Amino acid sequence: MALPRITSPHAKGSNRTQRVMLRVLLATVPGIIALTWLFGFGTLINLIWASACALGFEALILALRKRPVGFFLKDYSALVTAVLLALALPPYAPWWLTLVATGFAISFGKQLYGGLGQNPFNPAMVGYVVVLVSFPVEMTSWPAPHMVGPLDAVQHIFGLASLPDGWAQATALDALKINKSLTIDELWMQNPAFGRFGGAGAEVVNLAFLLGGIYLLRKRLFTWHAPIGMLAALAIMSLLFWNGSGSDSHGSPLFHLLSGATMLGAFFIVTDPVSGATSNLGRLLFGIGVGVLVYVIRAWGGYPDGVAFGVLLMNLAAPTIDYYTRPRTYGHRKPTRGFKLGE
Amino acid sequence: MASTSYREITLNGLWKNNPGLVQLLGLCPLLGTSNSTVNALGLALASALVLICSNTAVSLVRGVVNTAVRLPAFVMIIAALTTCIELLMQAYTYELYQILGIFIPLITTNCVILGRADAFAAKNDPGRAAYDGLMMGLGFAAVLVSIGAIRELLGTGILFANMQLLFGPAAANWKITLFSDYQGFLLAILPPGAFIVLGLLIAGKNRIDSILAERAKARQPEVVVQSRRVRVTGVIE
Repeated sequence: MALPRITSPHAKGSNRTQRVMLRVLLATVPGIIALTWLFGFGTLINLIWASACALGFEALILALRKRPVGFFLKDYSALVTAVLLALALPPYAPWWLTLVATGFAISFGKQLYGGLGQNPFNPAMVGYVVVLVSFPVEMTSWPAPHMVGPLDAVQHIFGLASLPDGWAQATALDALKINKSLTIDELWMQNPAFGRFGGAGAEVVNLAFLLGGIYLLRKRLFTWHAPIGMLAALAIMSLLFWNGSGSDSHGSPLFHLLSGATMLGAFFIVTDPVSGATSNLGRLLFGIGVGVLVYVIRAWGGYPDGVAFGVLLMNLAAPTIDYYTRPRTYGHRKPTRGFKLGE
Repeated sequence: MASTSYREITLNGLWKNNPGLVQLLGLCPLLGTSNSTVNALGLALASALVLICSNTAVSLVRGVVNTAVRLPAFVMIIAALTTCIELLMQAYTYELYQILGIFIPLITTNCVILGRADAFAAKNDPGRAAYDGLMMGLGFAAVLVSIGAIRELLGTGILFANMQLLFGPAAANWKITLFSDYQGFLLAILPPGAFIVLGLLIAGKNRIDSILAERAKARQPEVVVQSRRVRVTGVIE
């Protein structure tokens, strides 16, 4: 009689990757709704177009690499990359911008390194940085918050109608960066669209992403270490360097927490299990590093927002963090590293 | 030591042992000056010229120079030749000389040149050494100019812009605008573009090599190995 030889684990979840990715997609819904409500249908059209591009590129490169196409498309990881990218790009980014960004994200950011789970960098952020560096004009034209119908949105994105003048507007981060002479109060008085803290659009969108992030945290898709590390570091940095409301101010902690891509970054990008650090302490350090870098770039760097650069730089540091934060194996003492003096 | 055949030198320099794609030597000028075709071509010509001359000179003095001090001696030769090239470029292509800037004196430290001097020219006769310099220089130039052309095309949509810097005023209208309404993919012009394009070129070469190897394997007649039991010890009843 042949006995079946089965090794552990005996209890398995059903298609974990797929379910994790679906939950992440679900968690972006509040953010998508907020963006659509504030900036019109551009985000939704972008989302659909980016998803189509990402799936197309993924299928193409999987076929070139002679890997099973259907199997890897069904894990929805390409879709998550596309959605995160579409949420990070300006709502009315032209169609070719989204195409280039998703193409780079999927092919260069992910598949060239060996596909899902092998990429040292966050694919969505690779795509974002590529277009940010290459097409600065398109990437910085965020519209002022107002409603745009679905048909108009399609026309703008696919270049059938040009954007109306005065449509684009400096975001609060932009304004703060180039501001030289106005105090914070005067700056905010001039721009009613900046809302209370981080820009009328930005603060609602950030709160919506916070909501989605809390859902993911409750579902235990990731631990609290990385996002809290990032948000805490950003808050502490901005508190330390907050020089009041004068014209050389870098903005209050609340402003930094609720503007730009802070919440999207903290809960959807920094928590990437592949390109981040592995242990809990490592994740905390990873998040803190991103938070510090984001503030440094926002306050003294050349770009208004620094989430993408911060994440990519810390991705680079993740292996080193992992090396120094290896948890103690049960039953072993804490390992000693380096030269032992006095022996 | 049997001297290498000219055919083999050609193959080595242009493909099998290409300094840019296989040895990965001289990456600093390769990546630093390949943002347009004219820059790439200018530096490639200068490097190739230095390489040919230094290989010949090193080969000529190979019996005289003590092994212990050979590297300093070679570097002195290369530095002298680089200075000549630098002065020539200053005289005839002044604008290009200004654009390339520090990369021309840096030819002295180019690993391809010192590497070929020590690995090949110091062990071969002047004819072979000069020919090796020519082939290695051409191989390096081919990679440099390809990267320059790809980056220029992706970055600006234009090919062969500003060729008059190198070939005189007649070359001013060599410019080919492939995409007239092209915005420019800035990343290709910036340093990361050089790394990405070089990586893609290396990947392409490796792919071609593996296809060639497969074909060569398929063309060879299958060697039929007849299996036969060989009795080693004992007697099987």
